[in-house]
Amino acid sequence: MRKITRLAPLALVAALALTSCSAPAASDEAVTADSAASISYAIWDENQIPALEANIAAFNKIYPKIEVKIDITPWAQYFTKLQTQASGDTLPDVFWMNGPNFQLYAANDQLEPMTDLIDDGDVDPANYVEVLNDLYSFDGVQYGMPKDFDTVALWYNKAILSEAGVAIPDETWTWDDFATAAKTVSDTLADQGVYGVATGLTGGQEGYYNTILQAGGSILSEDGTSSGYDDPNTIRGLQFWADLIADGSSPNLQQLSDTPHNAWFTSSKTAFFWSGTWSVAELASASNTLDLNVAPLPQDEKQATVIHGLANVVSAGSEHKSAAQAFQAYLGSEEAQTLQAEMGAANPAFIGAGQAFLDSVEHFDLEVFIDEADNYAYPFPISKDTAAWTTIENELLPQAFSGTRTVEDVADELATRMNEALAKE
Amino acid sequence: MTLRTGSAVGESRDPADLPVPVATTPQKKPKSFDGYWPWLFVLPTLLGVLGFYIWPIIQTGYLSFTETGPFGGEEFVGIDNYQTMLADGNVAQALINTLIYTVIVLAGIPIALLMANLVNQPGLRFASFYRVLFFMPYIAMPTAVALVWRMIYNGDFGILNWMLSLVDIDGPYWTSTPGFAIVSVGVVGMWASLGFGIIILGAALKNISPEYYEAAQLDGATKWKQFTSITVPLVTPSLFFVTIISVINGFQLFDLLYAIMGQYNPALVQSQSLVYIFYNQAFIQNDKGYAAAIGMVILVTIGIVTFFQFRMQKKWVNYV
Repeated sequence: MRKITRLAPLALVAALALTSCSAPAASDEAVTADSAASISYAIWDENQIPALEANIAAFNKIYPKIEVKIDITPWAQYFTKLQTQASGDTLPDVFWMNGPNFQLYAANDQLEPMTDLIDDGDVDPANYVEVLNDLYSFDGVQYGMPKDFDTVALWYNKAILSEAGVAIPDETWTWDDFATAAKTVSDTLADQGVYGVATGLTGGQEGYYNTILQAGGSILSEDGTSSGYDDPNTIRGLQFWADLIADGSSPNLQQLSDTPHNAWFTSSKTAFFWSGTWSVAELASASNTLDLNVAPLPQDEKQATVIHGLANVVSAGSEHKSAAQAFQAYLGSEEAQTLQAEMGAANPAFIGAGQAFLDSVEHFDLEVFIDEADNYAYPFPISKDTAAWTTIENELLPQAFSGTRTVEDVADELATRMNEALAKE
Repeated sequence: MTLRTGSAVGESRDPADLPVPVATTPQKKPKSFDGYWPWLFVLPTLLGVLGFYIWPIIQTGYLSFTETGPFGGEEFVGIDNYQTMLADGNVAQALINTLIYTVIVLAGIPIALLMANLVNQPGLRFASFYRVLFFMPYIAMPTAVALVWRMIYNGDFGILNWMLSLVDIDGPYWTSTPGFAIVSVGVVGMWASLGFGIIILGAALKNISPEYYEAAQLDGATKWKQFTSITVPLVTPSLFFVTIISVINGFQLFDLLYAIMGQYNPALVQSQSLVYIFYNQAFIQNDKGYAAAIGMVILVTIGIVTFFQFRMQKKWVNYV
């Protein structure tokens, strides 16, 4: 309350002041086993540090004189800090990147292309889930080394389903099967305050992006220049959620605000939960974990899920670019990614390295996530300034989901304003 | 209780003749040049203030007339940002919300004065314990305070609605219903700042000489009359101080709102504060030029309000 207005202008000024001091020219010498350098590696997830330290130890067996320092910043500040660093030419040498922010950095020449690594055979893109290579390519040039990926699936609570007399979901389920099952649970177990489904509806990754794609609609056109929200199929994908809330199959938005969607599911107050790979660790340690399992998402026109993953990128202004790129390439190797999976840190992007991830929680059918990635995963929608229109989504869509305006009406306004935002990019 | 000092009765002194312990009369000193030493001693602070407050304000003022790219590099656009702001309904709504919040926090000041009076009753046992208790929320982290209040306000499982249900009232979703949300946050803000008022006003109360009350009692003044005619006028300088600080803090509402509302809140758009919008524009939407313009509006608004408060103080503040 008291600090923010003082600090924020300061951050702006600090950013400005730093732009004037430019980094020394990068050394382009080829990296060898004798190369000595100290590089920084910025990440946001503390839980992955042990696995990354193991990666660094293995990397140092090949390049003993390249010191890698992990620089951890909590998620909430990560991209704010990164942006300030970018403004001041003090970006970490290697750092984590996500889809929504990628094009902003790539388009503004902050990232080092992987072209040389690929041409020299240090990295073979064919080893990685294709959609992820595309996600981290801009104007046909790949910048990001895919690290891991997440897809979304249907988590369910067996105990609640059997109490409500509902069958366990499988890959044949349609939207109707799902809606009927969710409604049955809500109706049958109303006296216990149990609902059919709870899903995060702020940001589309867990819920409505998937149903939009399943209905045959789109969020963003393929060339990334126009909104898909005026497509009737997209509107159907949104209507799906509005209906679930309207008929009481899901808690309403206010209930989901007071008690977040994952808390409903982990306290056995909902039977279904749409969520991704990132929920595995949380659900494996939940008190009701033995009741939980995961199935493919229900389908409409087709099966679909959004896929997203992190990538390791190298700063274009890095002083030790060749060392940083060697580390970037190593983090993409089968050896490094298998180790990540074994230590339960992430679901690797390297095709075939995920077995260890599948085995990490025995009572969950985690193959579902990998099957989805292989067969019907669509890239997370991003543009050069993704935040500009996701903010509009978050401002307008609650009105559709809560029923204060019709879905068509909201989608229409969303399409108009999103197109305006896209035109500014 | 003042009867114990009955000896004063015979002297029948006018309270105005008593030495006033509230404010020591300033010693008039001949004006003289003190050399450069004082400047040397204030230099570290002065540099800090210039470098970290004044210069950023100037820079922010400049940025507010530019369109700033996500990685720096600004382009002068004149008053475009301010024009956008005039047309932006969210900013107007945020200004109203900020005012509502500030008024609620200000309403806590009379409460703080009453509480301070109670805590300062002579002979009250555990008085310092109460003072610590009331001051705790003020020094607690706003985020921690917010988390606790989120649980209290929870529409389905919160204790507030449970208590209301005992008297057959169906409580609303306090933090996610537009209209209710900013008031709910305001109540927490008021509660959290009570302690500050109690400490400052309590210190002022202790400085009021007991003789005033004795004299008033002899003249037959009731407790309430004593409170309104002696206590209140004599603490007005402290009341003024607390009011100024509360208004400034009120206008800077951010972290409490951010943490209580949460990120999934359907009422968020209708419940933003000015600083919240500033934060959103600067760090989520990367529109730092527009954010700087909002920052300038916050600065100027606080400046104007504080200016008028200082102008008004002549009308109600008594410096003894």
